[in-house]
This record gives sequence, C-alpha cells and structure tokens, in this order.
Amino acid sequence: MNFDLTDEQQMIRKTIREFADEVVAPGAIERDRTKEFPKDIFRQLGEMGMMGLPFDEKYGGAGADTVSFAIVTEELSRACASTGITYSAHISLGGAPLNLFGTEEQKEKYLVPICTGESLGAFGLTEPNAGSDAGGTQTAAKSEGDDFVISGNKVFITNASHAKHLALTAITGSADGKKEISAIIVPTDAEGFKVIDNYEKMGLNASNTTELVLENVRVPQENLLGKRGNGFRQFLVTLDGGRIGIGAMAVGIAQAAFDRSLQYAKERKQFGRAIADFQVNQFKLADMAMKIELARTMVYKAAWLKDQGRPFSKEAAMCKLYASEIAMEVADEAIQLHGGYGYMKEYEVERYMRDAKLLEIGEGTSEVQHMVIARHIGV
Amino acid sequence: MNIYALVKRTFDTEEKISVQNGQIAEDGAEFIINPYDEYAVEEAIRVRDEHGGEVTVLTIGSEEAEKQLRTALAMGADKAVLINTEDDLDELDEFGASTIIAEYLKDKDADLIIAGNVAIDGGSGQVGPRVAELLDINYVTTITELKIDGDKATVVRDVEGDSETIEAQMPLLVTAQQGLNDPRYPSLPGIMKAKKKPLEELELDDIDLDEDDVEVKVERVDVFLPPEKQAGRVLEGDLQDQVKELVQLLRNEAKVI
Repeated sequence: MNFDLTDEQQMIRKTIREFADEVVAPGAIERDRTKEFPKDIFRQLGEMGMMGLPFDEKYGGAGADTVSFAIVTEELSRACASTGITYSAHISLGGAPLNLFGTEEQKEKYLVPICTGESLGAFGLTEPNAGSDAGGTQTAAKSEGDDFVISGNKVFITNASHAKHLALTAITGSADGKKEISAIIVPTDAEGFKVIDNYEKMGLNASNTTELVLENVRVPQENLLGKRGNGFRQFLVTLDGGRIGIGAMAVGIAQAAFDRSLQYAKERKQFGRAIADFQVNQFKLADMAMKIELARTMVYKAAWLKDQGRPFSKEAAMCKLYASEIAMEVADEAIQLHGGYGYMKEYEVERYMRDAKLLEIGEGTSEVQHMVIARHIGV
Repeated sequence: MNIYALVKRTFDTEEKISVQNGQIAEDGAEFIINPYDEYAVEEAIRVRDEHGGEVTVLTIGSEEAEKQLRTALAMGADKAVLINTEDDLDELDEFGASTIIAEYLKDKDADLIIAGNVAIDGGSGQVGPRVAELLDINYVTTITELKIDGDKATVVRDVEGDSETIEAQMPLLVTAQQGLNDPRYPSLPGIMKAKKKPLEELELDDIDLDEDDVEVKVERVDVFLPPEKQAGRVLEGDLQDQVKELVQLLRNEAKVI
C-alpha cells in the first residue's frame, strides 16, 4: 500500500496548479458572466501537451496515467469548473472512445488532432428522450450503399462547437426486436449537421454545451467506431472513465470552496473575534476538509484501478456520486460561512454551487450512479 | 554551444517562514527552483534552441534537490548535475558554493553560464560573480536581455531601474534579473521524459575537493524574523497639517529623517 503520488504525478500537479492559479483563475468570474469560452487557455494547454494526456505518444499524446488526468482535471476545476469540464470531456468523452475502439486509421485521423488540441473532443449520446436509458435513442443511421445517412437530435453535448468531429450513437438496425445501436464518427462540418449553442444554463457558463441537429448527414460506413451494435456498450465503458473526471472536477470545486472558506473564516471578524474561532465554524471546516479528503481518495482509487487494468466501474460510480454530492454540500456551506457576501458573485463561492450542481446530473445522475453501484454489490 | 544553468532549491515564495531553535524550520515546506534561477534555465533553453548545443543544469545540495533538477529537465534542459554535499558538509556559504561550482566547471569548456541574480533565501547574489572570477571569465550581472552572435554577447543589464548595454566576449557568465524572460511551464511530455534524462550525482571527492577546501568563511550569529508589521496610521485633517505631522513623526517617532 502506498498513497504517495509518483514523481511525475507530483510534477504534473505542481505545474498545472501554477497554471491554474496564474492563467485560469483570474478570469473565472468574468467568463461566468460573459459566457466566453476559454479558448486561449486551451491553446496554452495544447502547447503544454496536456490535451492528449493519457493517449499514446504515437498519436501525439503524453502517455500519462489516469491519476494524472484526475489531478489535472481537479486543479483546472478548482480555478474554473467550466475549464475543468471542457478538459474532462475532451479527454474522457472525446478522446477515450476513439482510443479504445478506433482502428489504427481512425486514431491517426481523429485522435491526433484531439491530442494536439487542434480539435476539442466531444461525444454525442444524450437525446431528448434518451441518456442512461439507451432504449429511448431515436437518432437513426440508415445504410445507403457505402454510407450511413444519419438523422436525429442530440442534447446537452459538451464541446461540439469546438470539435471538428465527434462520435455519436445511432440506431443502425434491429436485432431480436431490439434496437441495434452503433457509434459513428461524424465530422461536425458535414452537410446537414448543425451545432446549436444557445442554452441558458445555471452554471458552467463558460463551457460549451450544445444541441446537435442531424438531417440526412452522410458519412462513409468506415466511420463506424468499434463494433456494429456495440455502440451503447462502448459508451458505458467510456462513461466509466468519464465519471472519474466528474469526480475529480467535484473535488476541485469543493477544494476551492474550502480554501476560500478557511481564508474568509480567519479574516472575518464578528463579536470581537475571527469567525474561525467559533467552534461551530471550526466543525464546519473540519467536515468540509474531511469530505474532500475522502472524495479525493476515492477518485484516486478509481483512477488507480483503471491504470492497473482492473475493473473500476463500481469505484468510478462511487467516486462520482460521493464527490459530486459533497461538492454541493461543501459549496453550500461555503456560501453559508460567507454570509451575505457569499451570495455575491464577487466572492466566487456562489459560482461553485451553481457549477457543482451539474456534477450530480451529467454522465449519469446520482440516481443512475446508485443503480450502477447496486448492480455491482449483488442486489 | 555548451551552456550551464546554475540553480538552487529554495523555499516556495508562498511559504511562511518560521524559526525553531535558531534554525529556519523546513518541515512540510514546499520547495521550488529559486525564481531567478528559473529565468536562468529558461534563457539557457532559449539560447540552445536558437544556437544549438546543450543545456546542463547544476546544483549543490542534498538528494532532495533532485526534484528541482527534474523540473528543469522537464522544462527542456538536457542534462543535470547534482553535487551532493549532504554527507560531507553541515554548512555552505557563498565561498564554498562558488568554489565547488568553479572546480566542477573548470574543465567543462562552458561557453555560457547563466545563474540567477540572487537566491530568494540567502539573497547575497555572490555565487555567480564568484564563479566567474574563479574561472577567470567575463561576467555581467542582473541582465534583462541577452543576444549572442558568434563569440560575442550583447547584454542589457538592469541598473537600478535604468538599463545599460554591454558587449562581452564569450565564454561568459551572466546572472538573470526579473524581466529577462517569462519561464515556460514544463510541458507534459517534458515531465514524462524528465526521468529518462541523465542526472549525474557527484560528491566532493569526485571533483577533488576536501571539506577543508570549502570551510565556511561566514559565521552566522543569529537567525530571527523581521519584527511583525504594526497596524498603519492614517493621518487626518488639513493636508498642510498632515504633512507637518508626518515629518514630525518621521523625525521623532520613526527616527528615519
């Protein structure tokens, strides 16, 4: 048993922490207000080689591990969760399925621009009537000669405005009266493909969340990603990895909320002393610190299992569920501790709460995480 | 070009300094490459990228300093040398450090040596110039710009807010001032490769030095923290009166004029 990070992981944490503090954090409030996508930050992350973090060097990646991915996602999210989710989705939803299921040719063509940061990674699963319930999928890909002709709608798709291509699920036929769902890589500039970026969200305002409209979008059948009919199963595997990213994001937001609370509690004076001198607040801060520590440990464990090539679905669900719920609790306490100031945007903590809420919803709601865990514990 | 960057492991600038038993407590403190030395490493990498050659980062210290060397390798330096004095020396001053460095460098045919202007801990700014003296090569301190053309360097140096341009013959030692460059973040591929780059570890023996050769010349009498900052006072009233009062206070209370 060894809880130490490796030398590389420590150096990655130090580097990305500095970058997050110096480059990402300063504009976070402003971007939340203006909804401006942090394009320049991603250009710099690309220059630093962070965009292909876990992927093989031959595709332009850096060959780092999942623990390092969790560290980078946590640190970016601590400074700005919109930046964190963009990064997490880019790697774990955009790049990972190509890396896991793509042919050599597909990786050359589609994974390389993701590793360099030329294209952001995105992934099209959720539909108006389908997400974790795959049976509701309505997007259909009809075979016509050597092509698929795809029509349908996808909702809440992260990063699509900045992606040159993405993998999405579509019905490619039926077998035994069940929908056959496959994953297909689609260039976003294909004719009939519209990316609509006009959601008004509660939080994560500087991240790009889009609706995809496909009307008879024609792609060659060689764009099939993985096995025909395996689309949904592949996405479940992808989501397992994505949940580690969500867990890491949650830890980052919670850490930011805690850091601000601790500082504020020591500075703010009421009734003649710092509010940190009151035991009620000390207990609150102790609880926050404990929850964050537990959540981070669980995120690291899930990441470590993945790096060992061991099953990690249950742990990924647990870390996602626990970390996202404590992120909300910690953000809530952080606002409470700040009193009236906490309700003001200038003090940042209210943003943490708005941003954290998505983590209990995206990549499987908390309820779905409970289902996944229940399935794994033999009930 | 054969380039050396001299680096020192120092306290993180964010770290709170505390003194215990006459020593600065290091427990749990974060350490970094001395920020001025980071400019030196960055400049060395830039010069190499422009003119070719090799960058070696050099430090004196304990095993712990390997982290800072690896960081410099992750930034893009090619090789690292750690002169480990942990077992040989309890104390090291500017004389000792420069003797060790010069002794190591004397047969290395360095074309360019870049050091930080000062280390943020000791703050003496002596080691760089001393090394140059011992090696009998030119040196320019507190530089903010460096251009190299053949065996000539054109250097802009910071002189108390103004600047001075100097031409110097290589081999040359310069010390880096803030403003020389904007050090890069180590790239992720750089971090992943840093461990595979050569890091040579030497002891005093390996460079034919004895403990006696680097015996400290400086005696440390005391270590103490600066007095805690008192709350400020805001003067009130008529501007004329305020000025009068300020002068009074500066003369009689603060006794600075």
